[in-house]
Amino acid sequence: MTTTSTAPNEGTGPATGGWDALPDSFGDIVRSDASLSRFLHGLPGVDQVGAEARAASLGTRSIKTTAKEYAIDLAIRMVDLTTLEGQDTPGKVRALASKAMRPDPADPTCPAAAAVCVYPDMVATAKETLGSSGVHVAAVATAFPSGRAALDIKLADTHDAVEAGADEIDMVIDRGAFLAGRYKQVYDEIVAVREACGDAHLKVIFETGELQTYDNVRRASWLAMMAGGHFIKTSTGKVQPAATLPVTLVMLEAVRDFREATGQMVGVKPAGGIRTSKDAIKYLVMVNEIAGPDWLDPDWFRFGASTLLNDLLMQRTKMRTGRYSGPDYFTLD
Amino acid sequence: MSTDTRLDVRKTYKLFVGGAFPRSESGHSYVVTDSKGKFVANAANASRKDARDAVQAARKAFGSWASRTAYNRGQILYRVAELMEDRRPQFVEAVRQSEGATAARATKVVDESIDRLVWYAGWSDKVTQVVGGANPVAGPFFNLSTPEPTGVVAVLAPQESSLLGLVSVVAPVIVTGNTCVVATSHQRPLPAITFSEVLATSDVPGGVVNILTGELSRTAPTLASHMDVNAIDLTGIAGDDALATELEVSAADNLKRVRRAPAAEPDWTTDPGTDRLTAFLETKTVWHPIGI
Amino acid sequence: MTFDYAPAPESRSIVDIKPSYGLFIDGDFVDGHGKSFKTISPATEEVLAEVAEADEADVDAAVKAARRAYTKVWSKLPGRERAKYLYRIARIIQERGRELAVLESLDNGKPIKESRDVDIPIVAAHFFYYAGWADKLEYALPERGHSGENSRPIGVAGQVIPWNFPLLMLAWKIAPALACGNTVVLKPAETTPLTALLFAEICQQADLPPGVVNIITGAGDTGRHLVSHPDIDKVAFTGSTEVGRAIAKAVAGTDKRVTLELGGKAANVVFDDAALDQAVEGIVNGIFFNQGHVCCAGSRLLVQESVAEEVLAKLKRRMSTLRVGDPLDKNTDIGAINSAEQLARIRELSDIGEAEGAGRWSPECELPQNGFWFPPTVFTGVSQAHRIAREEIFGPVLSVLTFRTPAEAVEKANNTPYGLSAGVWTEKGSRILWMANQLRAGVVWANTFNKFDPASPFGGYKESGYGREGGRHGLEAYLEH
Repeated sequence: MTTTSTAPNEGTGPATGGWDALPDSFGDIVRSDASLSRFLHGLPGVDQVGAEARAASLGTRSIKTTAKEYAIDLAIRMVDLTTLEGQDTPGKVRALASKAMRPDPADPTCPAAAAVCVYPDMVATAKETLGSSGVHVAAVATAFPSGRAALDIKLADTHDAVEAGADEIDMVIDRGAFLAGRYKQVYDEIVAVREACGDAHLKVIFETGELQTYDNVRRASWLAMMAGGHFIKTSTGKVQPAATLPVTLVMLEAVRDFREATGQMVGVKPAGGIRTSKDAIKYLVMVNEIAGPDWLDPDWFRFGASTLLNDLLMQRTKMRTGRYSGPDYFTLD
Repeated sequence: MSTDTRLDVRKTYKLFVGGAFPRSESGHSYVVTDSKGKFVANAANASRKDARDAVQAARKAFGSWASRTAYNRGQILYRVAELMEDRRPQFVEAVRQSEGATAARATKVVDESIDRLVWYAGWSDKVTQVVGGANPVAGPFFNLSTPEPTGVVAVLAPQESSLLGLVSVVAPVIVTGNTCVVATSHQRPLPAITFSEVLATSDVPGGVVNILTGELSRTAPTLASHMDVNAIDLTGIAGDDALATELEVSAADNLKRVRRAPAAEPDWTTDPGTDRLTAFLETKTVWHPIGI
Repeated sequence: MTFDYAPAPESRSIVDIKPSYGLFIDGDFVDGHGKSFKTISPATEEVLAEVAEADEADVDAAVKAARRAYTKVWSKLPGRERAKYLYRIARIIQERGRELAVLESLDNGKPIKESRDVDIPIVAAHFFYYAGWADKLEYALPERGHSGENSRPIGVAGQVIPWNFPLLMLAWKIAPALACGNTVVLKPAETTPLTALLFAEICQQADLPPGVVNIITGAGDTGRHLVSHPDIDKVAFTGSTEVGRAIAKAVAGTDKRVTLELGGKAANVVFDDAALDQAVEGIVNGIFFNQGHVCCAGSRLLVQESVAEEVLAKLKRRMSTLRVGDPLDKNTDIGAINSAEQLARIRELSDIGEAEGAGRWSPECELPQNGFWFPPTVFTGVSQAHRIAREEIFGPVLSVLTFRTPAEAVEKANNTPYGLSAGVWTEKGSRILWMANQLRAGVVWANTFNKFDPASPFGGYKESGYGREGGRHGLEAYLEH
């Protein structure tokens, strides 16, 4: 009855013990557009009103004192500090990397962010700054954000980023193919990119704002998980709406159900539009109560964000000092 | 003395239950006289068990009657009016004998009865629009209220107005999809008996209307206390406060909807309004989310 | 380290509970002639206040006050003026919403998130809704023809309400009555009188003419005196079928108009093609909302056999995240059982369920030492013959039955003397409409459950009572035929 009680893995499928053993069990499902369509459209539907009501209800949880301290530090550790602009320069990326390693220069107890997230051409710069700090470099690849390029170009993009030292690749799916029902093509692309990632972890971006329905979000989640994505991610940040609580709810249900079915854990990354500590805490409550406490870890949940970090830092300082802080006391990078 | 020496074939009428004409299981019948006290016929004196059988027949008929289209129920009731029109002389005679009315008066009663039936028949596919509707709730929900029939209704028909009164209490009950057990006027059952003959040859499915002649003291308490009767109309015991109270108390056992007995039998010639039509309706409200 | 939600109690300093309360008659709080009784917090058993128990003479005084107010003031007031009083009350309820919510949770035991987000907002909405009808009654019931004749009030209404939604049930009773020009004498339940007494203060604050609303506290005897009072024109009751039956008998042979909103044993039917995660939420909301103290609770889960195991696994996992405890904690999902008596009944029926062979399950759950508590409970392997499948438990106890075909689902759903509500979960539109037609229940929630709105009529079939509350239909009960 406490929130820490993890639902045990009741009725799980074969625990295949690692990512490399994955896709075989889905052989029949992933054979063709038709078989994928049968499977994905056979997943239980998502009622929009019900899903949104559930998300809103979790949003009313009141997280105070010790729970809030815990949540804020956890949220900081989950931030993929992001800059994805045409005007990005090595200087900007270096500043961001420094910030990710030491978000609050005034407080050495402040944890580091999870990663910095940049375009592939900035990976080397980021890596150089981050060194062995433990903060990862994530690169958006595959003709981000639209994904409108030939597969070999997407793969080359991925290779470039990995060779430059990216620990994580954030790819975009082909939304056009997905909406046209060419699920096999989407699946094959994810498999190919995963292959190109080598040791790097793969996050699969759906651009849920373009998929429009929660049914589509659930189907995309399963497609990406079956194809071997390590993370499923809501948005590029370039399309509105980006991450929302109910979209993330549906994805958290998907990773929860996927683990029940296969024993495999997949991470979730909402990205775009999460700007305040209050918002971040709502997401963490949702992670806790929908997927379960196992996902309350930067290995399994990330925030794709830029301005969020400073708000978390301000709240953190407020909790420690008892007084409200101001933006001047935190770095703008 | 008539020069006609032929002896009458005296009639013994039966009950109308489940579309058939059984005798009372009790075997009891009673003499029906005309308004001057002259023998007219024997009628069945329905017993408790006849009432029970009639309720069973009404329950059996309910599901399919209620699920017919409103248009179809309207057509069927209109057809009953057509058949009554065919039998006008017989109804006029029955009303004359029962109510002691003149031929002209009885004819008017029959005409009004047929017209009343036509009026109610037309309500079948309108009542839902008039009393139901969409409800603008404060949320992303479709919300619709529609009237549905209450179920099996026991109807104590008026004692005085043997045809117009009868039609006026039966038609509004069945046109909305209820089925009924009617306890007729005790002293004046003939129009009801003729009406049951009309029903038997009409398209009204057996069991939708069940007609019990006889003493109310035998059937009414059974109907009022029967746990599978959903509602009761006490119009037929107008003015009998003691009996009305007793029946209302019995009816409370399963929370029957009760249409109370009026102080005196109403004037059936006035505009009936929708009161009787809506008395035996339930409002069902359906919610559904609106989303993509 | 784990994400344990720290206590987040709503402050109770906003409410000012007096040590004792009198009866609200003719615009003033007066001492009763009878005894008094204590109202406690079911979460702690702490005594909150002493409340007067109205005896026959007190009831008579209240009815007389209501009659005077009816004859001299309220029935003569133009509808638009009545409307403004109701709007005023609605606004005060919104302004004092926090206070009402805290008081409701204290006296009733329901979680603050429900009193704050459900009860009190709907209470205010209800007064707003009916306020707007007060000067439009001639348009309300077109089937009765358009004439002023048909929008006459009935007179004095005697209203008796239960303890599960104390202020909400008060609103359902008082708002339409006043809008139509009636005056009222209302008796709240003996375990939850405090918000009704605060409502009396709100009537004073709104300058409502004395006698239009009278609140008399007490138990069963007080209620009996009220409904059998000869000068009551209309009885409105929400509560158990047993008491509803007694009321129907008590008013037999009188001219009193009656509406009864009684018990239920609703089927919540889940088909294999349902949106399962939302269905599970609907099941949880259906039976654990307000500790299951809900007449329209989805207390019978009918789940299609082909998905029964999956639904049950999801349901149990979801139940494990329910937080039981302090009603004033903002994170509490399930509060206290309203009374020792109710707790005993829930325990008794649950024990019977177990004895009859059903499988009982509750998540691990630490219950507070004091107060009345019962963990969310699910019974599996229940058949129609089990008492827990037939009797209203009125607690957080769900009976799970299975079915194979839609026809079987309907047959089982309707196989009860009750007919208040039902739920249907399927993604197939035509099946929803078919089910909605077949289910003999006054409210059918399709792909949702336990939704309430002032504009939506509510009430039952069969032994769940008669009459409708809410919406245009709710006016019928308070207007002369």
